[in-house]
Amino acid sequence: MKAMIKTVKSANRKCALAVLVLGVTLIASMPTPVFAAGGGFALETARIDTTNKKSLQRGAKAYVNYCMGCHSADYQRYSRMAADLGLEEEDVVNNLIFTTDKSGEISKVGSLMANNMTTDYGRKAFGVVPPNLALTARSRGEDWIYTYLKSFYRDESRGGVGVNNLVYPGAAMPHVLWEQQGWQEPVYEGEGTEKHFVEFKQVSKGTLTPAQYDGLITDITAFMSYMADPIKHTRHRIGMFVMLFLLILTVISYFLKKEYWKDVV
Amino acid sequence: MSKENSSGLMGWIDERLPVTIALKKHVTEYYTPKNFNFWYYFGALSLLVLIIQIVTGIFLTMNYKPDGELAFKSVEYIMRDVNFGWLIRYMHSTGASAFFVVVYLHMFRALMYGSYKKPRELLWIFGMLIYVVLMAEAFMGYLLPWGQMSYWGAQVIISLFGAIPFGIGDAVTLWLKGDYIVSDATLNRFFALHVIAVPLVLIGLVLAHILALHEVGSNNPDGIEIKANKSAAGIPKDGIPFHPYYTVKDLFGACVFFLVFFAVVFFAPEMGGYFLEHANFIPADPLKTPEHIAPVWYFTPFYAILRAVPDKLMGVMAMGAAILVLFFLPWIDRNPVRSIRYRSLAFKVLLFSFAAAFIILGYFGMQSPTPVGTFVSRLCSLIYFGFFIGLYFVSKGEKNKPLPERLS
Repeated sequence: MKAMIKTVKSANRKCALAVLVLGVTLIASMPTPVFAAGGGFALETARIDTTNKKSLQRGAKAYVNYCMGCHSADYQRYSRMAADLGLEEEDVVNNLIFTTDKSGEISKVGSLMANNMTTDYGRKAFGVVPPNLALTARSRGEDWIYTYLKSFYRDESRGGVGVNNLVYPGAAMPHVLWEQQGWQEPVYEGEGTEKHFVEFKQVSKGTLTPAQYDGLITDITAFMSYMADPIKHTRHRIGMFVMLFLLILTVISYFLKKEYWKDVV
Repeated sequence: MSKENSSGLMGWIDERLPVTIALKKHVTEYYTPKNFNFWYYFGALSLLVLIIQIVTGIFLTMNYKPDGELAFKSVEYIMRDVNFGWLIRYMHSTGASAFFVVVYLHMFRALMYGSYKKPRELLWIFGMLIYVVLMAEAFMGYLLPWGQMSYWGAQVIISLFGAIPFGIGDAVTLWLKGDYIVSDATLNRFFALHVIAVPLVLIGLVLAHILALHEVGSNNPDGIEIKANKSAAGIPKDGIPFHPYYTVKDLFGACVFFLVFFAVVFFAPEMGGYFLEHANFIPADPLKTPEHIAPVWYFTPFYAILRAVPDKLMGVMAMGAAILVLFFLPWIDRNPVRSIRYRSLAFKVLLFSFAAAFIILGYFGMQSPTPVGTFVSRLCSLIYFGFFIGLYFVSKGEKNKPLPERLS
């Protein structure tokens, strides 16, 4: 066996391994996916960190307080959220569960994160049923969510909610976080077809500074990113071991083949 | 191939079931050319992926609900609440794409080395049937997660049958869907076909494909018959037993394949939206058409041919013809020399422009239609069909290089 290993050109072997590792790394770091639904508006990059549990906890708090009244997330369970975010189930029950089950009791910690808004009520109130947001980070992308939450402005021409959104024009959603952000209006340049958006101008102050507001919606985006793919970090961790195992197995099977094929001329 | 050698338990079995004979015929004494290269891994790998799909499929069925109300949620249940459900599901979804990757490479190998030529015509036809059935299997499987792209992709593809005139088209689409729109009825029948009917056909065809292969023997990169040069014992001089030589070689191939496969499964299961489309994370909504409907990547070359033709019926016919024409390859190519190594420059140019056109068509089939895209798609469609016409004429009286006596 030793003699055989020596006969193998080590340069070749290293080269093959390098190519493999490179290929795997390339696949692992695939370019950011292109999402079809951007509406042509330039999206800002959401600087989220889904390994930061504090950020995820703040995001969860904001989500159950501001979003979940209308937007169900009933693929995800409270108990799973507690475990993944490093929270005690008891704390989740006392601080983060505001929803009730069908019989009107406070939702159990093991239940799905559903709310009680009926389809009919949703349609009556908003014209559309507020969508389940558990997977939005995978359908629209994190940058979309982040920029969407930053791009509300007052639009008197729209009846009902009286607000509009540059990322998703004609959105049925009111600006839920207006107290925190305050109001802004878009500044345009040019006329007619040349008209384009330049920036938002703050019209009235909110309870948070712009930097604090960015932090809040970063946390919400991070939480939604976690919720869309709760297994991601576990998957990556197991994946590293699987890759390592397969690399070793590949090397062994390479030498096994070499050994068997010695007598083929 | 005698059973005298076996005794004891094996002898008892062999007298009743020809296990030892079968093993010898298909494995330990199946003589395979010794010069297989990179391109010869993909047959065994296709079988490997088939096994992955069947096993993961069985486990998925245990928790999946084929119901318009529950399907999408049951997939998320598998992804979140079933132990390692995410792994099983990602292996199945990645496996679908991997299947087409290995099958396309396997087919291209056959084109390069003339593996479809006499006496392997039937082997090629079984292979083509597998390919067509595989497309049906993948198409019906893609409806099951019941996402927006599942739903609207199925809607678009089924509506293609509506192009058939004389009222037949409408009747066929209604019959396929079991309803006037894609609905719960469609989902239920697609589930039945996807998990039992089509896999049964697929396995039968794979068996026929392998039996046909072992009857005529494997082709090789030189495209000459190893059976033409036999030793006194009747064994091909350039042949080696499939086991252990190619079993250990394919084991190495499988390891490399798994490295790539599991890199996708663990680190990029959506593959940037190519394996799992973004819009498929939104539940199917019959009232809301997505902005851009594209089939999954493995169908897009044919989808691009469909769109390249201005008339719908003609487009559907062109798409069908693009697949059908491949069945006739053994008779379109009239050159008795198999391998690209000993064929003319004209053939090489034809083959590589065909492959390039196929890839370019695949790219434009994913994009929203643009004037440039349509123009390029039309050009590539012409190259696609031009390959077969060109091959028919080039292959007659083609100036070949001299064939070697033995494998090089």
